[in-house]
Amino acid sequence: MIRISKRLELPPYLQWLIRASSIIFALIIMSVFLLALGHNPIKVYSAMVTGSFGTFFRFRKTIELMIPLSITALGILVAFKMKFWNIGAEGQILMGAFAATFFALKFAYLPRPLLLILMAIGGSLIGGLWALIPAFFKVKYATNETLFTLMLNYIAIKWIIYLQYGPWKDPQQAGFPKIPDFSVNATLPTLGGIHVGWLILIALVIIAHIVMNKTKFGFEIAVIGESKNTAKYAGMSVNKVILSTLFISGALGGLVGMMQTSGVHGTLSTSITGGIGYTAIIVTWLAHVKVHLIPVIGLLFAVLIQGAFFIQTAFQIPHSVADILQGMILFSALGSEFFINYRLHLVKNRRAKRVVK
Amino acid sequence: MRKLKIISVLVLSLLVLLTACSDQGSEPQGTTTKVGFIYVGMIGTEGFTYSHDQGRLYLEQELGVETMYQEAVDESAEVETVIANMVDQGCNVIFGTSYGFGKYMLNVADQYPDVKFLHCSGAQDAENMNTYFGRMYEPRFLSGLVAGLKTKTNKIGYVAAYEISEVIRGINAFTLGVQTVNPEAEVEVVWTHTWYDPATEKEAALALIDNNCDVIAQHQDTAAPQQAAEERGIAAVGYHSITEKNAPEAYMTAPIWNWNDYYKSEVEKVIAGTWTPENVWLGMNDGLVLLAPLTENAPDGAAEIVEEYQSKIIAGDFHVFSGVITKQDGTTIGEEGQALSDEEMLNMSYFIKGVNGKIETN
Repeated sequence: MIRISKRLELPPYLQWLIRASSIIFALIIMSVFLLALGHNPIKVYSAMVTGSFGTFFRFRKTIELMIPLSITALGILVAFKMKFWNIGAEGQILMGAFAATFFALKFAYLPRPLLLILMAIGGSLIGGLWALIPAFFKVKYATNETLFTLMLNYIAIKWIIYLQYGPWKDPQQAGFPKIPDFSVNATLPTLGGIHVGWLILIALVIIAHIVMNKTKFGFEIAVIGESKNTAKYAGMSVNKVILSTLFISGALGGLVGMMQTSGVHGTLSTSITGGIGYTAIIVTWLAHVKVHLIPVIGLLFAVLIQGAFFIQTAFQIPHSVADILQGMILFSALGSEFFINYRLHLVKNRRAKRVVK
Repeated sequence: MRKLKIISVLVLSLLVLLTACSDQGSEPQGTTTKVGFIYVGMIGTEGFTYSHDQGRLYLEQELGVETMYQEAVDESAEVETVIANMVDQGCNVIFGTSYGFGKYMLNVADQYPDVKFLHCSGAQDAENMNTYFGRMYEPRFLSGLVAGLKTKTNKIGYVAAYEISEVIRGINAFTLGVQTVNPEAEVEVVWTHTWYDPATEKEAALALIDNNCDVIAQHQDTAAPQQAAEERGIAAVGYHSITEKNAPEAYMTAPIWNWNDYYKSEVEKVIAGTWTPENVWLGMNDGLVLLAPLTENAPDGAAEIVEEYQSKIIAGDFHVFSGVITKQDGTTIGEEGQALSDEEMLNMSYFIKGVNGKIETN
């Protein structure tokens, strides 16, 4: 017999030990799998690390993945802190990318700094407004935000596809549906070989840390997350805080959309997100909704994704196996949270069970 | 506590192992030719990516060169990462087999001047990058002959992907084939706005069948429309590769790709050091596109008429889009005794008479 009971809080080092061993557990399980496919698992795992950092190009690509993951996770964090389950980051990124692309295509003649600032503001604004829709319905009609934000993602995807095949189709592409490439003016500059998004990420982490931990606004978000009634009794204007928090949440997603189009892909399509909007939810979760952990987990995820990508070419490991490897690690990492919060008792026999009672 | 000790010892020993063996997967090759393939889909057992992978295997078998591939690559900056990884692994020839890869191949082409880039269905080239594609409209026309003979209701369903000229050209060529043998028949088009979505494509085919179509043709990468035809006991024309086993009672034939000879000759040129970027649009006379062998499901007499037109096309005596062609709206294009130019065909954005459907965007 196995019984489950809630744990008292473990000391942090033990928590991290459990997390680390869960990853090791996943790697061991996958080793059997990789061995069966004729690969040396240790070589594969170390190649995941060299595949992420081995050359400057790979390092750049890893950081280019970490930036949007972490900023999107910050956006999700502010909503999650309030227990507003914003699953709509994917759509917020795409709508932000749409606004940024609008300026990039229609105002390409503007000087570069001005155009980039317009794109960033436009992207954040539309991303924020897109997140305000479910927030408005939540405060006004108490709709379920999980479903609402998720469904808005599909609308955003279809909107981008409509633009791609319709009004924004590049006439110079011989009939192929593609939104035109950005001019140099609409491209984010690089600093140290990587687009300036990394500076924005550092700034945002610091700002978010201060806002969430040191300001009245951050406190209000946390209180509403714990109990709306408490917040009301304390005289907070709950609805106002919910709306402004969601605007910020969506605006961060929108900013990511701008950076992905302008800094990485140089054009708009539905692949600019690469699923970041969903992966960032897991990042936020594994970071325990704590700002300072976001970039760390974001980097780990970037390595995981980039590494899984690299081993496909380096070892000719099929795409689906690389996917299983990623999935296994994620599964174990999320599963370890269970063992941090609960413990299992092996109950040898009925008598022992009675004694435990 | 004891368990924790065991766990921590396990963790530490594994970490030591991992760090100790930090050598790379495989060393880059010297001067030998290694060919990388970037695929937009999964290889699977049929379809567009599968057809390219057959070409890759042919290269290994015929030339003994090493090859590698990566499946399911997004049409995004991800392509640049794949290229860098492949070059790191020693690739000096890279085939990108989707239109949307072009921009990113072009982005990095000048960073790797010693690597040859070949872009399938692309439009842009560079000093070390070409574009190549096939005149699929030729075997499409032939498949139209088969469908036109097969139909009893004189309504043929066409499950179409997106409103782009490649798809439109295919529908028009198919319709010309149908009307060559059966002027009464019409081709009814339904758009799915998908390249790979079995459920949607099957639904679309079923809707066409419900609307009295008794032959189904398609432009997507799944055999789902053929399976819909199989379920309802009618006939189907496939696409990309032979899919007889997916719908044994329905599948009649399919316009398909055969990249073998082109890939072999290009890689041979690279090995010989004579490769130059040449943009090509190859037809049935080059063997790049063809009509798959007819099955028992094909109607009587189809084999003969297909053979007749096939040899004319290969000999250059017959061009699919030639003479005066009446468009859907009643206007005409083309002149007697002349074929449409490549440019006119590449920018085709109208349906011809006999197609029952609408091009919605543009």
